This record gives sequence, C-alpha cells and structure tokens, in this order.
Amino acid sequence: MNTILEAFKDAFFLIVRFNPEFYRVLGLSLVVSGSAAAIGTLLGVPLGVLLSKTNFRGRGFVLSLVHAFMGLPPVVVGLFTFLIIARSGPLGSLELLYTPGAMIIVQVILATPIVAGFTHASMEGVDPRLFLQARSLGASRFQAIILGMREAREGIVAAIIAGFGRVLAEVGAVTIVGGNIRGKTRVMTTDIVLQSRKGDYGLALAEGIILILLAVLVNIFLTRLQSEGVRRESEKRVTGWPA
Amino acid sequence: MGKDKVIEAIRLEKKYGEKTVLRVEKFFLERGETVSVLGPSGAGKSVFLRLLNLLEEPTAGKIFFRGREIGELGGKDRDRVRKKMTMLFQDPLLFKGKVLDNVVYGLKVRGVPPALRREKALGALRLVGLDGFEERRVENLSGGEAQRVALARAFVFEPEVLFLDEPFANLDALLKVRLQLDVKRILSEGGLSCVFVTHDQEEAARMGDRIVVLRQGRVLQEGTPEDVFSSPSSEFVARFTGMENILEGRVESVSEGICHVEVGGETIEVVGAARSGERVVVGIRPEEITLFTSLPRSSSRNVFEGKVAEIEILGPLAKVKVECPFILVSTITKKSLEELQLKEGMDVFASFKATAVHLFVAPIGDLREEMEY
Repeated sequence: MNTILEAFKDAFFLIVRFNPEFYRVLGLSLVVSGSAAAIGTLLGVPLGVLLSKTNFRGRGFVLSLVHAFMGLPPVVVGLFTFLIIARSGPLGSLELLYTPGAMIIVQVILATPIVAGFTHASMEGVDPRLFLQARSLGASRFQAIILGMREAREGIVAAIIAGFGRVLAEVGAVTIVGGNIRGKTRVMTTDIVLQSRKGDYGLALAEGIILILLAVLVNIFLTRLQSEGVRRESEKRVTGWPA
Repeated sequence: MGKDKVIEAIRLEKKYGEKTVLRVEKFFLERGETVSVLGPSGAGKSVFLRLLNLLEEPTAGKIFFRGREIGELGGKDRDRVRKKMTMLFQDPLLFKGKVLDNVVYGLKVRGVPPALRREKALGALRLVGLDGFEERRVENLSGGEAQRVALARAFVFEPEVLFLDEPFANLDALLKVRLQLDVKRILSEGGLSCVFVTHDQEEAARMGDRIVVLRQGRVLQEGTPEDVFSSPSSEFVARFTGMENILEGRVESVSEGICHVEVGGETIEVVGAARSGERVVVGIRPEEITLFTSLPRSSSRNVFEGKVAEIEILGPLAKVKVECPFILVSTITKKSLEELQLKEGMDVFASFKATAVHLFVAPIGDLREEMEY
C-alpha cells in the first residue's frame, strides 16, 4: 500500500519538477505513438470504409486478414520487423534499426488493423438504406460514403482512440526494434519495464500513472474534437462537398 | 413516344442471380401525373422504383427520361438525370444532426451556395408545415414530423419526379390521411410527376391518377382507379382491391347473357360471358350486398336467406358476415345496422344485382398462399 501511495507522490513530483530525462521519454512516447496512430488512421479509416462499402475481389480475404491482425502479438510484429530492417535484412541499408522511425513502423503495423477493423464495423452499423437515400437525393457514390462516415463518426473516433491506445500501451515491439536506448529510443513503456527490473517500483508505477493520465487526456481531446466538429459543421454549413 | 412522358420503360427486367424479380413490358409516367403501383410485398415494387430512380441497373430493357435513353448516357449525364428525381422511403431515414442539415442535403450535393440553401430549406419546411423546426435535432421528432422533414428534404431541390416507397406505411391512420393530402397538394402545386408504391388499395386510389397492379414482378392490370376497382381483370386483382366475396362455382346454364352459377348448392345469377359447365370464380364487393330482415321486394336477381355469423364495427361502417350457406360479407353503415337491429345468429336476407357480380374464368388455385401478404 505504501509503495502505491509513494508512487502517486513520485508521479506528482516527476511532473512538477522539470526533469529533462523524464520529459524526453514522455515526449518520445507521444511522438512515436502519436505518429503511428495518425498514420494508422490515414491508412486504416479508408481501408475500413473501403472494406465496408465496395465490393472488390478478395475483399473477404482482406477483411479476415484485418480481423486476424487486430490481435497481432506486438512481440512477433517487432521480431518480424527487426529481421527485415536489421543490417542483414532486406531493408537493412535504410539503417532504421534502433531508431524512432523503426518504432513508428512497428506501431503503424499494430494500429492500422485496429483502426480499419473498428471503422469497418461502425460503417457496417450504418443503415444501408441511408446510402440509397443519399444517392436518391443526388449524392455521388463518394458523397454518400462521406455521409455514411458522418453517421458512423462515433465509431470511427472510437476506432482511432483504440488504435492509439494499443500503440501507446505497447512495449514488446518497440523494445525489439527500438532497443530502449537512453536518450534515443527510450519511451514510457520500455522505461517502466526497465525501472521495474531495477527494483525501482516507485518510479515505474509513477510513470505508469502518468501514462494512464496521458491516455485519458488524449481520449478526452479526440472525443472533444469530434463533438466540436459536429457543432462546427451544423453552424457554418459552408463546406459543401463538390457537387 | 409522346412528348409529355417524363419516364418511359420498355421491357424492363431485373434478375438477382437466376431469379427474375421484375419484368415490366411497358410503363410510362406523364408529366404531372401520379401513378400508384399497387401490389403485395415481394411483388417487386421497390425494385421497380430503384430502377426508375437509376439507383440500380436493370438486367435488361430500356428506361427513357424525357425521350432520352438512359442506357446511352455517360456517367455524368446519368447523374444529371438522377438529380432530377428523388425517392422517399417507408422510414424517414434522416441523417444525424439538425433538421436544417437534413433539408439542405440535396442542395449541398447540387452545389447550391450556402445562403440560398438556408432560404430554400426554410421554404421547404414551411411547405410541409414545419415552420420553425430548422434548429431541432432529428432524434427529438415524432414519426409524423420526421416523415415531413424527409418530404421537405425531397422537395427542396424541386425534383421533377418523386418516387414514394410506401412513405405512409408506418404512420397512424389520421396522420396518414393528412400527410397524403399534403403530399397531393404539393405534387399538384409543383406540377411534379410521381410514382407511388403501396400495398394499400385505398391509398393507391386516393393518391393515383392511374393504378398499376404488380404481382410477382409482372403488371397484372393498369388503368384509372375506377377501371381497376370496378372491373378487375383477374381474381387476384379483385381480391387485392378489396373484393372480399370471392366464391368458386360452376356455370349451370347461360341464357340471354345471364350465367347461372352454382355455388355451394345455391344459384347465383351473373351478367357475364362463360360457357355452360365451366368452373368459374365470382366476386362481389361487400358494399354491393344489401341486407334485409324480411324477404325484400327488390329487383335484385340474387336474394339469399342466411344467418348473421359475425358483426364487425369499423368506424362509421359495419361489416356483416352472413352464412347462406356460403359466406357473404356485406358492408353497411352503422346507422342501418342499428335500424335493422342486426344481431349475431339472426335470420337475414342478402341481396345483390346480377350486374354487381364479377365473373372470372381464370384458373383457380395458386392464389391462396400468395394472398397471405
């Protein structure tokens, strides 16, 4: 019990006392997982929408692949990526190993299927007759899909949050391709592992608390953004889609 | 083809896989008219509308819009044609958000500038009787209000053709009639052409200048409501247009244009053409059957004595089932029910003219299961 209380105190001091080492770790976590989630969104949302609203050959196969990849073990993804970007691997010449770039790559691989899978599910939840209604009101296929995305926006935002949550909390993949190098590739999760191993449970727990806080803040931010977007949309009604 | 035909379809066919769900030889919609497409569920009515609205591709056949064949148009021109039409569904299918966002949608996708959009949308809301509803959220609307918003959303961009796919089916009776009248008014004020799909014969007659009866993807009959209701071309149309008394029998003899049809041991006299010995179906509308408590001295050729089996009150009307021994259903006013002091089990005389009986020589049989729509 004492350890936990101490940890909260430590967490507080970590935040208020400007410890550059700690902020560097925190910052890198945000940069790596933020970029990975952003790229995962850019790839995953269109993929999820496409899987729901178009009918191409092999659609079923891609969908099962996406679903299977939603549960990919991060360590395994890390290992595969490691073998590909390692000096002797096919992409070894890019010298990505033990860089934040490599960490972003593995996390994109982890985030994209999550975002795509949940986006697909929320698009499937939209009444198909709404698309027909939009078309019959004069919308092009593309405009009807945009409308469908607006209808599914809570689900799509949840998909993005889930993707971000997955990579922010992930430790196995970033350890393997990042190496947890101090001042270079050390992020919150890898540092928590390190501090626990060293027996500094207080610091590890403090960092854990901050990580959770961070996740909560980002979720609040994204949810806000979504409702703001809705409000703005109905206020201005200017941004018409091309007719 | 006539120049005032907005839409014309020839040998229109739609298959899903191997199954032909629709085959319409010929259909047209004239400018300003409303055609009711009447049929049971599964008749292909909705598919028909989706084809005409260019939301689905026909498997075969041609659709013309103002004389131009759609199949020959490129994607852009096709979209342009599609934008002159719109459809209203059974459910309002409103988009999340505010009423105004919904109503402006059609204008938005047509690239109408924002200021004009708002003005037009407010006008459309006024037209459907929803003045001041623009800022309301759609989740807070009643069923009738939601359907009105859907109407405003359809009318706002002044389409030339409106397709209505049972838009009143989910509304209660009073609301339904009010909305029907409103739609009729808006249609005629705007000079719109309309195809109205329904399984309700009264609705079809109320809304349509013409009725097309559809069954299993085929047109069974087409004509003015009077035509279709007074001279149904088949037993199916008769049943479907509310001819409740459908009896099977056999022609005993024919003399001077009057057929004597044997039904359940009794003889019904019918004006019609059939051969002696032929198996036939006779149909009598319930409102054509008059009831008496004593033997009437009327000129009606058909008078049958029977017992009142059941009385059902339907608002100002009453439906009386008489066993004589075949069942005859008669619709009388509640007032005459009271005057006759009819009770279940009472002896009555049911009477109808020979000219009120419709004679169908079409084969009987395959109808029963299908009538369970």
